Amino acid sequence: MLAQRSFDPGPPRRRQIAFDTVTSEALQNPVCIEIQSLSLWYGPTQALRSVSLIVPERQVTALIGPSGCGKSSLLRCLNRMNDLIPGVRMSGGCRVGGVDVQDPQVDVTQLRRRVGMIFQKSNPFPQSVFDNVAFGLRIGGCSGSELEGRVASALRRAALWDEVRDRLGENALRLSGGQQQRLCIARAVAVEPEVLLMDEPASALDPVSVGRIEDLIRELREDYTILMVTHHMQQAARLSDQTAFLHQGELVEVDRTDRIFSQPRDPRTEDYVTGRFS
Amino acid sequence: MIRRIPAWLFPRLTGAVAWALAGLVLSLILGISLMAWPHLSWAAWVGPEGRASNPLDPRSVHLAPLLVGTAARTFLMSLAVIPMGILTAVYLAEYAPSGSRTARMLRWLIQVLAGVPSVIFGLFGLGFFVGVVGGGLDRWTGDLASPVWGRPALLWASLTMALMTLPVVVVATEEALRSVSQDLRVAAIALGATRLQVLLRILLPNALPGMATGVILAIGRASGEVVPLLFTGAAVATQGSLALNERFMDLAYQVFVLSTQSPDPQASRPLLLASVWALVFLSLLLNAGAAILRSRATPAAPDRL
Repeated sequence: MLAQRSFDPGPPRRRQIAFDTVTSEALQNPVCIEIQSLSLWYGPTQALRSVSLIVPERQVTALIGPSGCGKSSLLRCLNRMNDLIPGVRMSGGCRVGGVDVQDPQVDVTQLRRRVGMIFQKSNPFPQSVFDNVAFGLRIGGCSGSELEGRVASALRRAALWDEVRDRLGENALRLSGGQQQRLCIARAVAVEPEVLLMDEPASALDPVSVGRIEDLIRELREDYTILMVTHHMQQAARLSDQTAFLHQGELVEVDRTDRIFSQPRDPRTEDYVTGRFS
Repeated sequence: MIRRIPAWLFPRLTGAVAWALAGLVLSLILGISLMAWPHLSWAAWVGPEGRASNPLDPRSVHLAPLLVGTAARTFLMSLAVIPMGILTAVYLAEYAPSGSRTARMLRWLIQVLAGVPSVIFGLFGLGFFVGVVGGGLDRWTGDLASPVWGRPALLWASLTMALMTLPVVVVATEEALRSVSQDLRVAAIALGATRLQVLLRILLPNALPGMATGVILAIGRASGEVVPLLFTGAAVATQGSLALNERFMDLAYQVFVLSTQSPDPQASRPLLLASVWALVFLSLLLNAGAAILRSRATPAAPDRL
């Protein structure tokens, strides 16, 4: 049933792209994100070189690679946050849930509601905890008791409800760093996206908070397709089903996580995961 | 050469200048308060019962109507300058292509506006607001013999002041909008907010303290300013009406007139001292308000150093 939804071509598409299957074997879930020969330039600098990747539904895909290899750029293509950068240019394509992200007919604000994003630095609004989670719902026109119910369920979903149920009116900046990041996850989850893009979601946190975020990601995996950038090899190994290694804008290798870490095919991948270069 | 200057010199020199200035300000406030104190009776505020204002007798004028007049013109000015200033600043900060010639030219023109002497604003207000706009209204309503709008009045003085203080509001608002953290903007966009939603729900609420500071500084500057009023509508004494098309009484204007053109300096001295005191404390009050707002502009984040 879910497979039906994922392969459904969705609203009429103008641009047809032929998609080769570039994915790890033995990942049984249906396809959620298809990236085909995607290249990206910031002005004269090429950030991505013909990247092709398939991300299966309701699994965690980790993007690893040295700094500046294009991991974050790849994430930002999927919810078109790259649009905010002047001089950005793309070729090739990506589809989320069958919809071509770059189709001029796609409403980019609707796309961003389907593809949520969590940032490295938690960025709650300097408003109450409740208003933070309600933000995306309110701009979508939700109000009243429905709003309250959905805020509460998003906070439960982000494993934050028990800690903040009595502090909903308090300024979100008073929460601890880890709580702020889970609040940002709750805020993203509240609008019920299909995909969660996480850009090093736990890299600025203390070990206890990292543990909580990782537990949370494991739970969220049941309902959301998660694409996560991380610099932390063990984290990728612990959390992800599939791992993609990027190097200088090129997707070197993608495979089941256990294979990437135990028997990588490309020597560059091996060097990276064994820590021979960073 | 520099090495020969003793280490104690600069801390002491700079400190001495700074403290001398602070002492000057404090003694100014204290001196005015001491001199004005005997004249700040209840009668000085509201005047003796049953005596109408008489333009030729300064003793019949009192503080309350002066303050009301100043408050009225400042309020009207705020009504004009706040929306104009904020709209201009939003355009400059959000919509004008950054670094474009249009944006640079607009900013330059606003700087020019900030540098225009107040006497020029006064003449402009007389020529444009009173002459062109007011005169035009009178021509339109067909009553040229006795002008209703084409004469110096409360409305024209307020609009002239609004134009004069516009740069303060524009610069403060644009600065406040720009200093809203980029993280918040990105977070809102990633949640699917449109540009307008980002502006209304994130940028403006977070820029509010900075914008309010700008408005208070504008009001502070305008409330003590006299020169444009000489041309556009202040009067020594009125019948007490606050109609938009009538002349009005004003604290700063009263200080100017009483100290330079009083027919009887001895008799007008109490009112002069009381007016000066009120003017100084009005500006102190407004500056304190601006300072409080500025300190609130940075939200109290406990994890921030």
